[in-house]
Order: sequence, then structure tokens, then C-alpha cells
Amino acid sequence: MPGPNRMKGVAKPRNAGKTLGRIFRYMSHYKAQLLLVVLAVIVSAGANVAGTYQLKPLIDDYIGPLVGQQNPDLSGLLGQLALMAGIYVVGAVCTFVYQRVMLSVSTKTLYQIRMDLFSKMETLPIRFFDTNTHGELMSRYTNDTDTIREMLSQSFSQFISSTVTVISVFVMMLVLSWQLTLIVIAMMVVMLLVVRVIGSRSGMFFKKQQKAIGEVNGYIEEMIEGQKVVKVFCHEDACKEDFDELNDTLCHAATQANTFANILMPIMSNLSHVLYAITAMVGGALGVMGTLQLGSIVAFLQYTRSFSQPITQVSQLFNMVLNALAGAERIFDMIDEQPEGDDGYVTLVNARVEPDGSITECSERTGVWAWKHPHKDGTLTYTRLGGEVEFDDVVFGYEPEKIVLNGITLRAEPGQKVAFVGSTGAGKTTITNLINRFYDVPDGKIRYDGINITKIKKADLRRSLAMVLQDTHLFTGTVRDNIRYGKLDATDEEIEAAAKLANADSFIRHLPHGYDTMLTSDGANLSQGQRQLLAIARAAVANPPVLILDEATSSIDTRTEALIEKGMDQLMHGRTVFVIAHRLSTVRNSDAIMVLEHGQIIERGNHDQLIAQHGRYYQLYTGMFELS
Amino acid sequence: MIKKLMSCVGKYKIYAILSPVFIIGEVLMEILIPLVMAQIIDVGIQGDGGLSYVIKMGALMIAMAVLSLTFGALSSRMAAVASVGFARNLRQKLFYKVQDFSFANVDRFSTASLITRLTTDVTNTQNAFQMIIRVTVRAPIMFLGALILSISINAELAAVFLVAIPLIVVALYFISTRAYPRFRAMLSKYDGLNSMVQENLIAIRAVKAFVREDYETEKFEASADGLRRAQVHAEKLLILSSPLMQFVMYGCIVAVLWLGGNMVIGGTFEIGQLSSFITYITQILMSLMMVAMIFVMLVMSRASAARIVEVLDEEIDIKDSELSVKDVADGSIEFRDVSFSYQKDSDTAALEHINLSIRSGETVGIIGGTGSAKTTLVQLIPRLYDVTAGELRVGGRNVKDYHLDTLRNQVAMVLQKNVLFSGSVRENLQWGNAQATDEEILEACKNAQAYDFVMALPGGLDFDLGQGGVNVSGGQKQRLCIARALLKKPKIIILDDSTSAVDTATDSKIRAAFREKLRDTTTIIIAQRVTSISDADKIVVLDDGKINAIGTHEQLLATNEIYREVYHSQQKGVEDDAGTK
Repeated sequence: MPGPNRMKGVAKPRNAGKTLGRIFRYMSHYKAQLLLVVLAVIVSAGANVAGTYQLKPLIDDYIGPLVGQQNPDLSGLLGQLALMAGIYVVGAVCTFVYQRVMLSVSTKTLYQIRMDLFSKMETLPIRFFDTNTHGELMSRYTNDTDTIREMLSQSFSQFISSTVTVISVFVMMLVLSWQLTLIVIAMMVVMLLVVRVIGSRSGMFFKKQQKAIGEVNGYIEEMIEGQKVVKVFCHEDACKEDFDELNDTLCHAATQANTFANILMPIMSNLSHVLYAITAMVGGALGVMGTLQLGSIVAFLQYTRSFSQPITQVSQLFNMVLNALAGAERIFDMIDEQPEGDDGYVTLVNARVEPDGSITECSERTGVWAWKHPHKDGTLTYTRLGGEVEFDDVVFGYEPEKIVLNGITLRAEPGQKVAFVGSTGAGKTTITNLINRFYDVPDGKIRYDGINITKIKKADLRRSLAMVLQDTHLFTGTVRDNIRYGKLDATDEEIEAAAKLANADSFIRHLPHGYDTMLTSDGANLSQGQRQLLAIARAAVANPPVLILDEATSSIDTRTEALIEKGMDQLMHGRTVFVIAHRLSTVRNSDAIMVLEHGQIIERGNHDQLIAQHGRYYQLYTGMFELS
Repeated sequence: MIKKLMSCVGKYKIYAILSPVFIIGEVLMEILIPLVMAQIIDVGIQGDGGLSYVIKMGALMIAMAVLSLTFGALSSRMAAVASVGFARNLRQKLFYKVQDFSFANVDRFSTASLITRLTTDVTNTQNAFQMIIRVTVRAPIMFLGALILSISINAELAAVFLVAIPLIVVALYFISTRAYPRFRAMLSKYDGLNSMVQENLIAIRAVKAFVREDYETEKFEASADGLRRAQVHAEKLLILSSPLMQFVMYGCIVAVLWLGGNMVIGGTFEIGQLSSFITYITQILMSLMMVAMIFVMLVMSRASAARIVEVLDEEIDIKDSELSVKDVADGSIEFRDVSFSYQKDSDTAALEHINLSIRSGETVGIIGGTGSAKTTLVQLIPRLYDVTAGELRVGGRNVKDYHLDTLRNQVAMVLQKNVLFSGSVRENLQWGNAQATDEEILEACKNAQAYDFVMALPGGLDFDLGQGGVNVSGGQKQRLCIARALLKKPKIIILDDSTSAVDTATDSKIRAAFREKLRDTTTIIIAQRVTSISDADKIVVLDDGKINAIGTHEQLLATNEIYREVYHSQQKGVEDDAGTK
């Protein structure tokens, strides 16, 4: 966002050149515009210098000689003034042009970077989100894009104009007097050293400040999230104390950091005054010795005045650019992440069952789906989507050395309900994450309707499954939009039918605007149980052959669960269902119950069989063993 | 709004005042140094002052530069101290205020928005404040100084400013006021974009499971494009200001050259004065430009400041009473025709006409469906919310008579959505009682059935729980939360669905411990499982915010339809199959 340039510690980009090149590649779509910007900047800076340059001859040649004349001929002066006004107008117009064009180019470039970042993020594997915190990823979109924005909108044109000014002034100085130029160079070195020393000191303190601010903000976050507990325990005063300590540390570091940042400007401008004085003295001496003409000294002194400002500007811009590049690097790192691999070639198509029992593909929605399986020899086969899922000796670990699932073999026939029970960490959720290929299996095979799931295009595989997850995630939008998430072209009738099925219809109608009630981010204005009902409705509207319910009813009380049982039964009817639940009343009527422990299936069978076994399931069921 | 924020400057006021004072010194030097420069050229080099004059004036100029540097450095330091101190105080004031918030206050803002207000918005305001104390004095002084000097040179010529300055002021005013709503619109687009990203991060599994990556990207595209348009829309106004300044400045220069030139030719004006005059034109217009810049910055940080003041202005709706009774007589609770709704002006009451009386030391179970307001009911007891109508008495007194800390220390509540904090097990449990010894802590753990697993943790009580207690399982977390509440040694303890992840056997052990060790403590248990409350002295059946029935397990089973339904939905399996055990 626009605002003050937040001076930060200079974060060093790893490869500034490459990153800069990459930013320019983004801007290369706007070559013509950029060329225009560069030209306009040069003309604008040039016009400024030229206009000022005109001043001297104007006064000396067109005003001076006329002094005291009775009927002075003012046409020369007028002409000269008109020329000057012309130069100025061109300059101002160019300033407007480059700023306007640059605004358009920079916002478009930023837009493109944001788009690339987001669309890339959507393709990244779940594993990526497991290993990066939300805060880290968010800062790509906030801090890091901000620094690029600042760089594009301010630094780029300023850099060019300052450089143009510095170079042209420097050349003019050299032409006028190399001796005096030496003094200027010596002074410049001093100035740059000062910038460097102050810059690195301030960088150090800024790093400290960033760390302190991270701690303060982290504390604020934790305490505000736990605010209700703080209240219940009357812990407000203790929190205030801890907070004060962190806040004071931050205050200390930030004061140092800001002092150094603020002090740079007065130091630089006064050094330039010193430079002026020294130049005048040496120039005067040279004048006395006769090695330098008076006019040259005067001109030279004028130039020293317009020299130091752009130098200071460039040195400050330099820090800004480095910061922006460091931010850009983090963004590009994410854009360069390996997307979720997908070499599946089996796709899901609408199909029609011919009278002879064969399956053919068709373009309209028939309600019948088939896997279209192209073979190496060029033939196509169609397998009707049934919902049979088979695990064959599956071994899996989130990290290679830490096995979570070991030798899982199971088979769910179409329409069967398979339940997983076991304590937290036993690997129940992991199994469902493998079916929809959130993670890939290194060892063993998972087959869907007899097809190895690695051969199925991921999007089509996931389309054929619906999940109701442990944490229900709702999106900003109306209740209707949230249910429609399961099937984007669902009609209002379908949505309401799905809501009725999940027993969500009645509470939705009680909301202020019924189905059109806006839900805030992540549905904070609904109770946990209501959110789960919406998630179930969302899955119902998707209408897939396979359903995965991961603790889908854990926050719904048993009475409501009993009420939606009928709906759930309807929802599950004819579908292959995988259920994870710690409430065992939910899994009782499953066709098969798998008891997991330490990544292995230790018991399997239906409810009656397992109860009769008097094993772990029996213990769980009778409350003798803890689940969570 | 400004007044409110300024009160946060506090003891840094002296710095906030000194900084501009030093800036005045610095600016004076900045105005005077060009005079010396002109002297060096006019008298020293072009005139007859000679080298000695140049050296003398040069030395003077260096001395002035040193002075100016000193002033500049001091004012920089002061500005840093003042602005950082201001931010510190502001952050502290906000944090304290939020600590005083009632549940209702927190609900109104949402935690995410509170966090942004305490972090990003404070930073924005701090930067604006620093800018103000550094520039608001500098610009007018520079403006005045240059104006006075230019008038002293030639008052007639200075009339040019009578045209130029109003022109600029009107133009800048027009630009900034027009820009403000556009920037606000842009900021809200920016918020929208960020919350979309956040939403996607949180819900990435849902996005992927429903194969909605393209759909989300399209949504994002619309949002990013909207932001881009808003940004162009807002900034294209702002970028008008610098070419405009150039036009006016150059216009002034040309006009002064023409008018001044004629005066020079007419013999009423000196050439050298004409040059100086032009220098001051630049200074005057630059200082106006600076004012315009602050104006724009203020416009942009106004949104942040407003959000901060909103928090500071929020009225805390639960306050200590004047009576401030510091002693709770016993653990009796009485609801007298209590009604409650979350929104004051709403007619949808969460609780209606609750009449319930609980004797000290009783164990009460509460059961009811999703949304039947069980949690709402118990949250009224420690005054986490205030009743809308009726009266709630604890220990024979209206809860509003008590000192809040007293009441809440005597009413321990284990929340449904409970939180542990980063730190060791001991540190977390000591929230219940900061002075608790290890023996007391372990005793509480035993009662909450947490002792065994705590001892099994590496480091025992020193085991680090991680942020939000991520290092223990759900059931373990719940038991630690119970132990934490027990350490308060309260007269009333409320368990709001606090054992849902604990297995039934442990659950019953916890209840047994409660019965044995906490005989005088009133215990209120909200549960989904009938088994968790079936042995309570009385059970309250809530339905849609009203009490449906009160009675013992046996009574309710015989007479209450809802209770029977719940019971059967949970028990049928166990009775059929596990009856054999």
C-alpha cells in the first residue's frame, strides 16, 4: 500500500542482477511504454537543467545590456522568455507523461506478479502448505509486493532522472575545472562512506527492530486469539506486564533504527554545504593564481549545489531497491516452486450406456460417468465410474524416515461404507489424503475402479470424490455460494435440496437473510456444528460416487446427528463412503470397520464381528480406551 | 480523533516539541546559507572582496553547516524518540484496552481485525506522526522565511505569489480531497485481496478437494484487477500534483523574469536581486509541495488512525460496579427470569425467561441440541456477558455487584474452544494460580486425570506446549485446561463440553474425582454425552433458548421426550452390544 517508505534493514538479495532482470522481463510487455518513460524522464530532467541554464544568458545578454536605455527593444527578451517557457512546458508535460505511463506499467506489472503468484500457489502441493506458515506466505502478498510497488512507482524514474542529472553535471564540472572536480570527487567519497557507515549501523538496528516487532506482534496475536481464556482467568494484568516488556524492547530498538534513518538527510545536505565552501575557497585561490576564470568558478559553484541532492537520493534509493529485490526474490522463489505433479492421462467423461451394455462417451450431462482410458496402442477403453477403491500394501510417511502408514491393504466395493477408527496420529486422515492424492504414495498401489490413481488426472480424480473435512472451511460469500462450491452450476433448487438433506435448511432459514446471508471469512458467525452441516450440504450438492467424511459430525450433537442420520443415509446410499469418527455411534452401521494403530490395521470387520472379538474396538466402544 | 491520539504522546511530548524547535534552527540555517553563498560569489569572487573574503565567508558557511547539522541531528533524534515512543504508548493503550474488552466487545471486532489494528495500523500511524513533527514545522517556516526575504527584496514583484499561491492551494486541496475517497476505496480493495489470499491458505484442502483452483484464480483475478484499477484511479490524481507544481513554479519564474527584467531595465531593480528572488520562488513552492505531501500522507493514514480510534472509543460494556463486593459467599446460583440476546437491538433472543436455582455444592448437567444456547447460559455466570433482562445471582448477590476479578476467580470456566499458550505445562497451569507449587499443580493434574500423561511427557511439567498447545492431543489439552481451572480453587466450576475428546472411562474418573475432592464446589457440566451428566444432582434440558425440563436422569428419562431421544441415540449400541461386559 502506498504510504511512507518504511525504512527497513537492508535485506540482501542473493542474486540482485538476476532478480532485477526478471522484474524487467515482466515489464518487457510494455517495451514501448518503458521507452517512452525513459525518454520522458530524460527530457524532463534535461528541461529542468536547460531551463536553469538559460537563466544566466537571459539576464546577462537580454536584460543587462538594456539597462538604462530609453526605449529598450524588448523583443529579444520576449523571444528568449518564450523559448524558456517552451522548454519548461515540455519538461512539465514530460513529467506528467512519464508518471502517468509509469503508473499504468507498474500497476499492470504488479497485477501480473500477483496473478502469477496466486495461480501458482493454487497449483502447489499440500505438502508446501504444511511446511510454510500462513504468515510467511501472506507476507509475499503484502510486504514483498509492497516493496516492489514502491520500487516500480518511485525508484525507477527517480533513479534515471538522478543518474541523468549526476552524469550531466559531472561532465560539465570536468569541462569547467578538473582541479575542482578532484575536490568534489574526494568529498563524494566521504559522503558515500558516511552513507555506508550510517546505512550499515541503521541496517543493524533495523534488523533488531524487525525482530522485536515480530515478537510483539506474535504476542499480540497469541493473546488476542486467546482473549477469552485470558478473561476467564483474570489474567489481564499479567498479560499487560509481559506485553510492556516486549513493547519496551521494541521501543528501544526502533528509536535507534529511526534515529539513524532520519539523520542521513541533514548530514548529507550539510556535507554538501561544506563542499560548497571548500570549493569556493579553493576556487578563489585558483582564481587568484589565475588558473581559473571567474565565470567558471561561479558556474562550478552553481553545479555543486545541484550535485549532492541526486547523490543522496540515489544512495537512499539503492537501499530501497535492495529491499525490493529481496522481496521479489521471495516472490519468485514461490513462483518457481514445483507445482503439484500430474502425469495422469485417464480422464472422467460423461457417458451413455448403450443397450448392448457398452459405454460410449457423450458431451451432455447424463449422470453417468466413465473413465476414459487411452492405451499405448492408441485404443480407448471406457470404464464406468463405480466407486471401487482398493489399497494394495500402501506404505507412506510425510517425511521419508517417519512411516505413518505401513502395509495398508483394503478394498471398498461400490456403495460400501468403510470406517476408520483409532487414536490421534494413527493415520486415519492420512489414508483419506492418499485417496485424493493430496500426497503421493511411494510404495504400494491405490486403485480406483481398478485404475491406478496415479494414472488418473488429478482434477478428475478429485471431482469424483467429495470430502467433508475435520475443519470445515467456508468462504466469504452467501450461504448459497458456499453450498454451490460443490457444484458451480447447481440450481437454487438443488442447493436447497442438498441443505435439506444435511438438515441445514431450517437453521439457514433462521439466518437474517436466509440463503443470501453473507458469511464472513471462514464462517465465523456460525457455530461449529452449523458449519459442519453446511460442509455436508456442499458435499451433497457435488453428488460424487465416493464420499469421504473426516470427523464430519464431531461438532454436531448426537440428537441433531440422529436427525440428520436419515439425510446422511440418503446421501451415503449407493456411494462408497469412507468415514472417520471418534464417536462410535457414527460408525456402527459400516460395512467394514478398520481399527488403526501406529499406521497399521490391527482389526477389521463389521461392528458385530469386532465386538465379538473383544479386542481393541471392543475396548474403544465400551469407553475403556481413549481415542483423541 | 486527533485529540485522542495525541494523548498517547505522553511523556514523549517534550521530544515532540523539541524536535520542531531544532528544526526551526535547521531551517533558518537553510535559508541563511544561500545568502552566504550569494555573498561569496557576488562580493568574494565577482566583486572586490578577494580571496580573504572568500575564505572568511567560507569558514562562516562551514560553521553554519556544522550548526545546521547539529540542529538536524538533534531534531532527527528527537523525532525518532517521539514517534517511536508515541507508537509504544499507542500500542500499549490499545493492548490494555483490548484486555479490558468483554466477550461482546471482542465479538464485535473479530480477532483478525483487532490484530491488524494493533500491528499494521499502529505502524502507519507512527510513520504519519513522525512525518508530521518533522515536516509540519519545516514547511511553514521555510515558506515564511522565503516569503519574507522575497518581499524584502521586492514587494511589488512578490505580488506574483498572490496569484501563484492561491492557485496551488486550491489545486492541491482539490486533488487531495478528491483523492481521499479513492484511496479509501483502494485500501478496502487491498483488504479484500488479502483476505482472499488468507482464505485460500486456510481452506486450501477444500479448494483442492473440490478442484476449484481455476475458480479461485478467476475470483482472485477479478479482485487483483479491481485493486489495479482502484490504484490507478487514486494515484492518477496524485501524480497531477508534481507537473502542476512545475507549471506554477516555471510560470512564476518566467513572469518574474519578464516583470523583474523590465524593472531592471527601468533601473528600479538590481540584477543580483533578481537571481536571489528566483531562488526564493523555488523554496516557497517547494515548501507548499511538502505541505501537500503531508496532506496526502495524512489522508492515507487517516483510515488507519480511524480504525485505531474505533478500538479506543469502544465502550466496554461490562464494567466493575461501584459496590465491588470482594467476597463470594458460596457457590449458589440463581437465574431469575433471565433473557439474553447477543445484539442489543435484536429481537431474536438467545435465551428466554430462564428460571433456575442451583444450590451451593450441587452438580448440574446441561444438555441440549446444537444452538440451544447451552454455552450462552453458562457464560452469563462469570459475567462474560451481561443479561439483557432479569437477574442473575451468585452467592446470594446480583453478579453485577461483585468486583469482576473476584467473581471470575470464584467461577472457573473451562471453555469449549479452549486455548493453551506457548510455554511449559507448568507456566500454563499457573494461569490458574500464579503461586501454585508443584505439589498443588500435580494435585490438580491428578484430579483432572492429567497426571499420568504429564509425567510421561519429556521434561514433565517443563514440557513445552508450543503455540496453542500443538504438542499435545485434543483429549490431553482438555484435561490440562480442567487442571488449570481447578488450580483456581473456585466455588463454582463450569465445564463447557470440556471432555468431548476424553474417553468415557477417563471422563467418569474425572467426575468421580470432582465428587470426592470438590464436594463443596458447585459443578456445572455441559455435555453431549448423556453418560457425562447422568449422575448429576439435576439435569437441565435446554431447547432453543428455553428450559425444556429440569430433573434427575431417571425423572427425565421417564418424562422428557428430548432427553429420551438423546439418550437412545447414544445408548442403543452400548446396551445391545456392550451389555455383556
